[in-house]
Amino acid sequence: MKSHSKALYEGFRDGIPIGLGYLAVSFSLGVAARSAGLTAFQGFLASLLNNASAGEYAGFTVIAANASYFEMFFMTLIANARYLLMSCALSQKFSPDTPLIHRLLVGYDVTDEIFGITIARPGILDPFYTYGAILIAAPCWAGGTALGVVAGNVLPSRAVSALSVALFGMFLAIIIPPAKKNKVIAVCVAVSFAASFTAAHLPLISQLSSGTRTIILTVVISGIAAALFPVGEEEAEHDS
Amino acid sequence: MTHNNYLYIAIMAGVTYAIRVLPLTLIRKQIKNKFLKSFLYYVPYVTLAVMTFPAIMEATQSPVAGIAALIIGIVAAWLGAGLFPVAVLCCLVVFILELFLV
Repeated sequence: MKSHSKALYEGFRDGIPIGLGYLAVSFSLGVAARSAGLTAFQGFLASLLNNASAGEYAGFTVIAANASYFEMFFMTLIANARYLLMSCALSQKFSPDTPLIHRLLVGYDVTDEIFGITIARPGILDPFYTYGAILIAAPCWAGGTALGVVAGNVLPSRAVSALSVALFGMFLAIIIPPAKKNKVIAVCVAVSFAASFTAAHLPLISQLSSGTRTIILTVVISGIAAALFPVGEEEAEHDS
Repeated sequence: MTHNNYLYIAIMAGVTYAIRVLPLTLIRKQIKNKFLKSFLYYVPYVTLAVMTFPAIMEATQSPVAGIAALIIGIVAAWLGAGLFPVAVLCCLVVFILELFLV
């Protein structure tokens, strides 16, 4: 019991900088939620239940476009597919006799950051460490989103314009460091930028919603990259 | 046809939770299929890149400010800045440039 409370405390401590970062980023997500027509409560709920920056942003573009529920299903699946890989890696971190309840609870908040600190802990995972981080990070994430929806309404358009790029800045901070280390990722990023820009301007394809374009481009580019440059054991483990 | 926001949110939440919890509960071994593993490995980078550009130009009042934020964000991330600093830097770039551009 004593070791559990120590793990909980350490998780909470490590979760504080994550929570602060989440406040700022989720605020900008709230601005996106507001432009998609969500209320502060709906933004709060979406963030509390999803804990996914790119996935939620993608979802909000689906809502903004008033697209079909199927598109929402597929979009979320694609935008959050990386968590599947993270959860696979995380499943190796559990002791095999870990009760189901701990697997269900840790699965609630597998984000880039919480996955990062959890997987970085040496040895078998004490789920209470992750719970400690979730206790601070999740309320910051959901609260920041609600604040973004509310304050997005009263902030001058100049400030909203500036804040709306915070999320993109965070995306860049996720994709650029691995691109620096791995040439294939660097090429993937460059090709994705070019293809996305082209698709937004080509006749026919540009008529599709941006969510659908994202799905198609992601599946095609990742599929080609996977076929041409299959990754080895170490890379997939190390960078995910 | 209009859609219900709560139903949208429920679908998002259900899919996201399933993605995270199914591997944790069902898969006790590493994924063996090399193509699937590689595909999942590249997906996050491609999705995020596709969603960032050209959307960053459309999010700001001035497309030039958006491009500048993109370039400076890439440089800062390349030099090792973390999530929070890069996000703040991009905001500052847009805010300062738009004082002149808008």
